[in-house]
Amino acid sequence: MRIGIDIGSTTVKVVLLDDRDEIIFKTYERHMSKVREKTAEMLAMLGLKLSGSEVQVAVTGSAGLGVAKAANLEFVQEVFATAGAVERFYPSTDVVVELGGEDAKIIFFTGGLEERMNGSCAGGTGAFIDQMATLLNVTPDELNTLSEKYEKLYSIASRCGVFAKTDIQPLLNQGARKEDIAASIFQAVVNQTISGLAQGREIKGNVLFLGGPLFFLSGLRKRFVETLKLTPEEAVFPDNADVFVAVGAGVYAGNIAPMEFDEVLRRIQNASAVKNTTNTLPPLFKSKEEYEEFTARHNANRPPEVDADGYRGDAYLGVDAGSTTTKLVLITPDGGLLYTYYASNGGNPVAVVLEQLKEIYRRFGDRVTIKGSAATGYGEDLVKNAFNIDNGLVETVAHYRAAAHFNPKVDFIIDIGGQDMKCFKIRNRAIDSILLNEACSSGCGSFIETFAKALGYSIADFAKLGLFAEKPVDLGSRCTVFMNSSVKQAQKEGAGVDDISAGLSISIVKNAIYKVIRASSPSELGRHIVVQGGTFLNDAVLRSFELELGTEVTRPTIAGIMGAYGAALYARSLHLEKSGILGLEELEKFSHTAKSSQCGLCGNNCHLTINTFSGGRRFISGNRCERPLGKGKNTGMPNLMKWKYDYLRSLSGGENHRGRIGLPFALNMLENLPFWYTFFTRLGFEVVLSPESSRALYSYGQHTIPSDTVCYPAKIIHGHIEKLLEMDVDAIFYPCLPYNFDEGKGDNHYNCPVVAYYPELIEANVSGLKKVRYLNPYFGMHRPRDFAKKAADYFGEMFGIPAGEVKSASRAAFKAYDAYCSILHERGERIIEEARKNGNQIIVLAGRPYHADPEINHGIDSLIASFGLAVVTEDALAYKQPRRPVHVLNQWTYHSRLYCASDYVNTQPDMQLVQLVSFGCGIDAITTDEVRSILEEGGKLYTQLKIDEINNLAAVRIRIRSLLAAIEARREGEN
Amino acid sequence: MAELVYNEQGRLLFTEEMKREYTLLMPQMLPVHFTMLKEIFELHGYKIDLLTTNHRGIVDEGLKYVHNDTCYPALLVIGQLIDAVKSGKYDPHKIGLLITQTGGGCRASNYIHLLRKALHRAGYDYIPVVSVNLSGLEKNPGFSLDFKKIRQMAYAMIYGDLIVLMANQCRPYEIIEGETDRRIEKWVRRLTDEFKGKGSFKTEHIRENFNRIVDDFASIPLNRVPKVKVGIVGEIYIKYAPLGNNNLEEFLRSEDCEPVVPGVTDFIIFKANNRVEDHKLYGGKLLTYIGAGFLEWYIKRLQGYMIAAVKRYPEFRPPCTFDHLKKLAGEYLGYGNKMGEGWLLTGEMLELIDSGINNIVCTQPFGCLPNHVVGKGMIRKIKNNLPQANIVAIDYDPGATRINQENRIKLMLANARMAQGDRPRETKTQAKSSDDTKRAVNT
Repeated sequence: MRIGIDIGSTTVKVVLLDDRDEIIFKTYERHMSKVREKTAEMLAMLGLKLSGSEVQVAVTGSAGLGVAKAANLEFVQEVFATAGAVERFYPSTDVVVELGGEDAKIIFFTGGLEERMNGSCAGGTGAFIDQMATLLNVTPDELNTLSEKYEKLYSIASRCGVFAKTDIQPLLNQGARKEDIAASIFQAVVNQTISGLAQGREIKGNVLFLGGPLFFLSGLRKRFVETLKLTPEEAVFPDNADVFVAVGAGVYAGNIAPMEFDEVLRRIQNASAVKNTTNTLPPLFKSKEEYEEFTARHNANRPPEVDADGYRGDAYLGVDAGSTTTKLVLITPDGGLLYTYYASNGGNPVAVVLEQLKEIYRRFGDRVTIKGSAATGYGEDLVKNAFNIDNGLVETVAHYRAAAHFNPKVDFIIDIGGQDMKCFKIRNRAIDSILLNEACSSGCGSFIETFAKALGYSIADFAKLGLFAEKPVDLGSRCTVFMNSSVKQAQKEGAGVDDISAGLSISIVKNAIYKVIRASSPSELGRHIVVQGGTFLNDAVLRSFELELGTEVTRPTIAGIMGAYGAALYARSLHLEKSGILGLEELEKFSHTAKSSQCGLCGNNCHLTINTFSGGRRFISGNRCERPLGKGKNTGMPNLMKWKYDYLRSLSGGENHRGRIGLPFALNMLENLPFWYTFFTRLGFEVVLSPESSRALYSYGQHTIPSDTVCYPAKIIHGHIEKLLEMDVDAIFYPCLPYNFDEGKGDNHYNCPVVAYYPELIEANVSGLKKVRYLNPYFGMHRPRDFAKKAADYFGEMFGIPAGEVKSASRAAFKAYDAYCSILHERGERIIEEARKNGNQIIVLAGRPYHADPEINHGIDSLIASFGLAVVTEDALAYKQPRRPVHVLNQWTYHSRLYCASDYVNTQPDMQLVQLVSFGCGIDAITTDEVRSILEEGGKLYTQLKIDEINNLAAVRIRIRSLLAAIEARREGEN
Repeated sequence: MAELVYNEQGRLLFTEEMKREYTLLMPQMLPVHFTMLKEIFELHGYKIDLLTTNHRGIVDEGLKYVHNDTCYPALLVIGQLIDAVKSGKYDPHKIGLLITQTGGGCRASNYIHLLRKALHRAGYDYIPVVSVNLSGLEKNPGFSLDFKKIRQMAYAMIYGDLIVLMANQCRPYEIIEGETDRRIEKWVRRLTDEFKGKGSFKTEHIRENFNRIVDDFASIPLNRVPKVKVGIVGEIYIKYAPLGNNNLEEFLRSEDCEPVVPGVTDFIIFKANNRVEDHKLYGGKLLTYIGAGFLEWYIKRLQGYMIAAVKRYPEFRPPCTFDHLKKLAGEYLGYGNKMGEGWLLTGEMLELIDSGINNIVCTQPFGCLPNHVVGKGMIRKIKNNLPQANIVAIDYDPGATRINQENRIKLMLANARMAQGDRPRETKTQAKSSDDTKRAVNT
């Protein structure tokens, strides 16, 4: 008899095999983090049958190593175990795809055995699906059922649950169908498997699908089969897919010396008694008394008491349609609470608000007159339009209004909600330095919630457990995915649920402080800190926050509804005679339909959601600009970024004497195009540009990306190159340029390592390049004369072009580049003049030249322009300012421009700078801090927008609107 | 307490007075090499403390004071220094910090600036930071690198490489536990003592030392049971520093493997060679070309002696020559690829496989920019060309858990053992590398 035990991140699988490897018994259970206990318990079930006999046992699985070590049993690496079982049972298999709780694996059998596991990223795994199901408020099974009735697929970022959430949330808020989202989630898992795991190796032939999620979710299987275009014969879904790895361990056990079953059981049982958690932290509260003192202090911050049942008079309504929850408050003129509501919006904020408004009318009838109403939050526009709410305000301002109500001297606010975190400073009564968690939601409430659910607790019970935990686990302070594995490790070492609960609270706080705020001491935050958001109602989180900062903070009792409260206060300040909000009668007749469509008015092809409400009110969301709304064509605000893109895009063609040369329209090629275009057309080449970037273009080249953590502007090149291969060019030219033009603004003039050497990565990874001449020589743009010489050598050798011709082409190319810079400067100048004439504010949208690509900036430039702001770019301003001293090594040309442009903005009262940062850009970890400090020196506001393959503009809107509100407040302050 | 003196740009200087009164803290990277460096600095009148701390608090300090998206080595080095400053072990008014600066196109060149920012945020503006560099970047009245010191440092690196090379091949097989480490200690002491005397730079003497070191290690009684050999390449700090790679070498030994870690000598030659190649690619000052060319030639010659010394014992694997590495890498990358570890990293992977060590851990900080290209970016092509290659890329960062990293390495090892089972251990390793040695000796 052989026993295979597979202990995964969330489940334990045990199989009993006979000597021909046939399954006699199998079991699959969630271990709820009680790894060793559960394993012992499941094994004990076999006791009746096996007691007294000899067995061969092997343990596998990500959490199996610890158990195997502690119990002194044989451990076999899980991928290795799987491969063994596949060879035993399905020898004609070409590829195995196995998805587990937190692991995802691909094993290639044909063409050299290769096994790939997910690295530090758990995107595209069972945990991801669980998380998404929680977000939709359904079980994974229900998600599966929903997915079967899909009509269309949305593109949802697949790399990490966090990004997926930010993609899904707006879809939900905009009223997209749950069926479509469900299927899109599965599609995201498929995409992640193809891009993240297969990394270029094609998944074809006979594919064996294993693991719990694939076993239980038919919708997921369907997406895989369709995407990989597999025939029914090729896609194999074995009956024992859920326990297949355990079977593998069992097969492996065949090589191990047998031992008494009772001995095995005894060892595991004894191992489960051992408890040694290595990294622990001090408890949150030492005693009940300490806790009581703490709660008493915080409960003192409450709004004025009011007798809601007896009150007659005026009232103001505030609605906060947040990302996962909807909050409503109705207040008296002095801020007393008449009615509050806080609950998950179940993905449909409109329905929630409708129900609540009816409830308010029912309860208060004629007793109160709603004199004003305001909406805020992610769903602000939707809710406002649906119910004819009087006004809307950006959520940061709403939070500030509410915080100031409790502590007028407030200078720092941190709000941690379900999946977003906001914090900002208050300077001169204006919002300053907003920090949002865009790339990471690990510091947020929904993370604890998902975790609590996974462990089988309600969030409230789970939080309470942590309060008096003796040894909170140190879980580190990075992204959710990593925290999951930290928890796994803690579980492995036997930490209890209480310790994990407390550890999670501490992690959230550390994430907020060190990752989002990046403060090193509490004095940096401010002296009057107000904390709010539902997550702070969790006393363990609040306590951790105070302990970590070593200071006392203000948490109002209504911390969870501060946004709505602030909105209500704002409604009060509107001084309206009567609110225009829908009355009870209109609400009774209320109807809402949402329809999705795609806007075709420009290349952005925004996914629009068209909401239609009773009474003919319509609201369109998902748009970047005003055009699909039918309100005039465009705001007509000048936009240098767009001009730059259109100009560069026009540089192609030329007569074909020597051949057609293909250039990838990406990364540094954008800015260098005036140079290369002139160079090659002078030499008699026809210049062929790769097509414009798009999501589809990215997917087209995705399979050749070897390192998934590199920035999006680099990853998208793979698509450009693949497309060029189909464009009938004689050669593709993509040079290695470690040195950029020397503009004399820094200590050196490098390109970043990715820009510099990506052509070599392309050569090594795009196999199609073997069919074409791929030219990726090293050149130095910083030494024009040497360039001419080296280029003459190179092109002489490659195409037999006479040296004199190359040298003259290179002189013309340098001139053309200079000319381009002059036009750009001039254009920038004109935009500034025009804006000043019209009294418009000017935004310097600073980043890299390749951020002009609309697929990379996601139309942020148009979005900013739609707020009535003129947009110029850093490369049009940097020349105006001499080199400035900075606190970092200033040695990259593109980055030096950022410093000079920031410096220039400081001298211009009507300019603000917004920095675009590509996710994964290591160098911007350095520039962002420096740009911020330069701008703050000049009393300017710093706004940073992180961009990736996701194209959610909601966070961008918040920042831009907050920036506008802050500019406004400053202006008022000055007058 | 020494007076605080600033230069024109407002940088706090390390003064003569400080040299007398202060202790300089130095982060750890290569335990053997850096111990010798420390001794050399002390010879020249500095008080040095080499930090050997290794605990979670270091990462926490790093997270607190360094931008979290900065590369992990910066976070660790700075975290380790700040942790030491705060430890209470030193009078903060009597310490300075030593940090290296290379000036390459990678963001790593920013360490010193990030360290100063961190000190500022932690309220230690008065602690001077001393840059150790060969590019003449930042100068200090109380700290200088003259030719003598540089030469001693270079020798320390080469001696260090030889000692580590021999030790790595002995330790997994030693019969008397601790014997290898005792010899390391002995040689570190003996060589630093030698730096004090005169005449220690004569070629003959150096060669003699090389031979003696090799003889001594070769005399350690060993039980040569077959073990899986695993090469370690990667970003320089993560590759070498136990703090950076979660004690990778120790882990591999505990898995019954022999870690093979290419030395730092090649990296030094690589840096000199970059200037030569830059000149070829883009033009520039002839003097730099000649100077760098001389340095390259000089160290390559020493490397040749080192190889010859090891080669006398066929049971030991000598390092290959720099030129051989370069030739291998040239099939994959241009020699202009110099940021971070550049083409050298790819070259090391190729050389390992070329000499029969197919199992490789490619280490890098999460999101390391150059390694997108020269590490992860080249693995597919290597595997296509050399199907026997068994490479695993491991990312290191503050959140990555050891269990995940070890799990992935174990998978690589399981494959290694399977491959080894198919094909009995060959003696190809020695045959191949002795060819290189011949060439090296002849030059």
